[in-house]
Amino acid sequence: MAECHPVGYQWVMEAKRRGAKVFHIDPRFTRTSATVDTYVPIRAGSDIAFLGGIVNYILENELDFREYVVAYTNAATIVSDDFQDTEDLDGLFSGYDPETGTYDPTSWQYDGHLPHGQMNDTPVQRETAAALQHESHGPPIPPDAPRDETLQNPRCVYQLLKRHYSRYTPEVVERVCGIPREKFEEVARAWTENSGRERTTTLVYSVGWTQHSVGVQYIRTGAIIQLLLGNVGRPGGGVLALRGHASIQGSTDIPTLFNLLPGYLPMPHHANHPTFDDWVGSIAHPSQKGFWGNARAYAASLLKAYWGDAATPENDFCYGYMPRLTGDHGTYQQVLSMIDGKIKGYFLLGQNPAVGSAHGRAQRLGMANLDWLVVRDLFLIESATFWKNSPEVETGEIVPEECRTEVFFMPAASHVEKEGTFTQTQRLLQWREKAVEPPGDARSELWFFYHLGRRIREKLAGSTLRRDRALLDLAWDYPLHGPEQEPDAEAVLREINGYDVATGRPVSHFTELKDDGSTVGGCWIYSGVFADGVNQAARRKPHTEQSWVAPEWGWAWPANRRILYNRASADPEGRPWSERKAYISWDPDKGEWTGPDVPDFERTKAPSYRPPEGATGVAALAGNDPFIMQGDGKGWLYVPSGLVDGPMPTHYEPAESPVRNPLYGQQANPTRKVYRRPENPINPSPPEPHSDVFPYIFTVARLTEHHTAGGMSRMLRYLSELQPEMFVEVSPELAAERGLEHLGWAHVITARAAVEARVMVTDRMAPLRIEDRVIHQVWLPYHWGSEGYSTGESANDLFGITLDPNTLIQESKVGTCDVRPGRRPRGPAYLEYIVDYGRRAGLTPDHHPPIVTTDAVNAARGNAKRSTKKED
Amino acid sequence: MGVRTWIEGWPVYRQLTGTDPLGRGAAAMSARSERLQPRTETADSMARSVCPYCAVGCGQRVYVKDGRISQIEGDPDSPISRGRLCPKGSASKNLVTSELRQTTVLYRRPYATDWEELDLDTAMDMIADRYLAARDATWEDVDDEGRPLNRTLGISSLGGATLDNEENYLIKKLFTASGALQIENQARI
Repeated sequence: MAECHPVGYQWVMEAKRRGAKVFHIDPRFTRTSATVDTYVPIRAGSDIAFLGGIVNYILENELDFREYVVAYTNAATIVSDDFQDTEDLDGLFSGYDPETGTYDPTSWQYDGHLPHGQMNDTPVQRETAAALQHESHGPPIPPDAPRDETLQNPRCVYQLLKRHYSRYTPEVVERVCGIPREKFEEVARAWTENSGRERTTTLVYSVGWTQHSVGVQYIRTGAIIQLLLGNVGRPGGGVLALRGHASIQGSTDIPTLFNLLPGYLPMPHHANHPTFDDWVGSIAHPSQKGFWGNARAYAASLLKAYWGDAATPENDFCYGYMPRLTGDHGTYQQVLSMIDGKIKGYFLLGQNPAVGSAHGRAQRLGMANLDWLVVRDLFLIESATFWKNSPEVETGEIVPEECRTEVFFMPAASHVEKEGTFTQTQRLLQWREKAVEPPGDARSELWFFYHLGRRIREKLAGSTLRRDRALLDLAWDYPLHGPEQEPDAEAVLREINGYDVATGRPVSHFTELKDDGSTVGGCWIYSGVFADGVNQAARRKPHTEQSWVAPEWGWAWPANRRILYNRASADPEGRPWSERKAYISWDPDKGEWTGPDVPDFERTKAPSYRPPEGATGVAALAGNDPFIMQGDGKGWLYVPSGLVDGPMPTHYEPAESPVRNPLYGQQANPTRKVYRRPENPINPSPPEPHSDVFPYIFTVARLTEHHTAGGMSRMLRYLSELQPEMFVEVSPELAAERGLEHLGWAHVITARAAVEARVMVTDRMAPLRIEDRVIHQVWLPYHWGSEGYSTGESANDLFGITLDPNTLIQESKVGTCDVRPGRRPRGPAYLEYIVDYGRRAGLTPDHHPPIVTTDAVNAARGNAKRSTKKED
Repeated sequence: MGVRTWIEGWPVYRQLTGTDPLGRGAAAMSARSERLQPRTETADSMARSVCPYCAVGCGQRVYVKDGRISQIEGDPDSPISRGRLCPKGSASKNLVTSELRQTTVLYRRPYATDWEELDLDTAMDMIADRYLAARDATWEDVDDEGRPLNRTLGISSLGGATLDNEENYLIKKLFTASGALQIENQARI
């Protein structure tokens, strides 16, 4: 955090100054490690074993915050008799189908339930990364599950969790993660002692967790700990994702993502959502609790924003115009489709996949096989110049005279040359004023896409083709300003906020959106950013002139709440858990929830409220159900629905590991998304032979002085001077083992690539004892490429493509490698060098690593077939 | 120059007698540095902005002189950053003013070995033509069972995490209405 989010880190230092203990768990000793109380080195890819150890420590010693856990989580909920755990099935859950590599989640459900609609269709869920829909709300489930609040029933979530993690002992943590028992216990003790009524603990993570084949389950394990300790919805608590781009949260909320629509509505699927009613019906369970029950209003208002007057209740708001998914259309599938010649045109909008995405060679070969490419950026990045300056030009794989891709470089306006909002990592929207005009031909994306759309619509005018109606009926009229005809960004923000069609009055809350076509709402979770006709994101009241929560600086979704689910900061009766941790509480005299933040609850719903029989939606939420976007109003320790790879996180080895899984016969995530193609070889892992060809673990990360793929930092003088060269960090022990010289050259090799770098011999990288072996880890920054003031080779070239099955995010924080002294071979000799490594590792083109590595697979499958209950 | 002025010209004298005993402020100033003004004070205007790098969202004040960016500073009013910027945020003026910045359209023909210049209006028109042609050539109306698809898998896009919400909104809206659904950004990475 000190390295990649330094200014945010000032608050960690502020907390430390006031007595907080800070722990840093990371494969590499960084600038963060240097400032904390205790640094804990860990083997990259073993975090679930470590966190599972903490869960076990909490449950074995009954250190959970019991009143919070019973009232606010699903600990008491009873799970189906048919459920079988990884403890029973050697690392698989019940319902596994080895043919598809996915689960039938029927046996995972709460007792008496069956999965709702598409939640049962896990192959489609995986192909469409459906779990991402749950960023704003839980999966659809019925509200009425049996509970045992004594937590004694052996089928209740609490007992299942206890059994599942019982083997994650300190000894196992030591063997799997390389963390000595004393260090593990120091963290476990501090975390539990600093949680409860009087104290809270914060957990912070970044892409070091997401970029794994089990990334979602890493974060789930963190969430389980925080729920067990009562650290969710309370000040000083939470699971905080530190995201790495100025508006990456915004581009998830208003998604330029294939599988989502604004506000986490799913992009329609051809088989599951043929009609508007099918689509809306799949989003929310008809009887579920909470605000997600109003999904029909959010969906209708979005289509109304897209197609304006043409969208009416009679024509299902033009739902028939919507494109449909048939499977995986994610960025990695797209790149492979480019290599196959299926994609004609590609837009790159401030992103540099030649350096930033996994498997850079596949990225560049894909781009070299397009009809046309449009690159919009400030600089000539590697993704714009791959056809004349790339490793593949050097090897002869790309020959400019034979490369057919037509490239348009369209200069972009910078952040000070346009106005608009970024959404930062805590869901806060901040409006930027425009300082100057963009230079030359540089234009904003707002300008580019508005005018591209205008030209396309003009060219199609008069078309009678059915497919062109969606473009011709599109609501595409925004006020234009200035000589360049720049669209009015505030007008777009107003449409995002939503308004009443008849009066034009902006809505002030998403509860005002209607399902009858009378409201427009471009992104329901952003409703309120233009409340009262005022751009709330532009608010700049100094922090010195308002409360510590600073609610009048910018605007946070939803409804300007700064801490989500903050009803949980009060006890079930609505009183603060303690005076020290008071935040939102019930004021019986006023009959409302009060506090320094916007209550994440109906303001006047009393803690004593109990829903009448048969209530649904918001009315079904009791006065002590804080998790108002969940189908049962509870925080989920166990996930019966919505995840592809299991209801409880389980330690699997990374797709590439030098270690046999010490816990289960199942080596790696049995549902991970793989692409079995010759250009995507995966290094062998146990139980397969030859993993010793790539004996080391490597991981990558950022430096303070550079930014991701370098397109915004290697082009700057000062930053290039501060960190001028690509390097690789190795321990003194590994340097001795491989003959590496400090400041000399070395290269790191995988089945995909060899990347050379200057050697930094440093005890920042420590060898770890895993099982009975010493395992070496190496670390590389991934900022470099062939353009800019500072050039170097790209670490992400080393990775293959293996994805988390819930998000389709690639495993690019851990892999196996070899390290050799000196520079790598060049030209054709380089290709032969990589092929030779693959040959020694047994990687023939038709060989692919096994997905299932346990004999228990037949028992797991049999269980799935025994499930015969009918849909409820 | 009188003796008094001469003596007061000594920094050490000012340090011992003035309000700056550590000699790191007014006492250390020369006649020239005393007359210097920060660019933030001589700016024609200041825009309230946000750092474009990571997602912490530090406040920036962007100072403009004669139509050009003269300085970018941290915004002390921000409850997020309290005026601080990291090395990248502090260097962000150079992001905008870097000599490497490409400010005109460039065009690479198929099989060409170098860039050529292209007029912005022409480029926009060429891209619109190619967009429609790719869409026409790869359009899918229905699936095998006659269910609607309304889409093209011939067009891809990557990017959005560095862009504004309003921009992402228009990108998604236009692509969706065109049937182009292979739209991705850094959030998938």
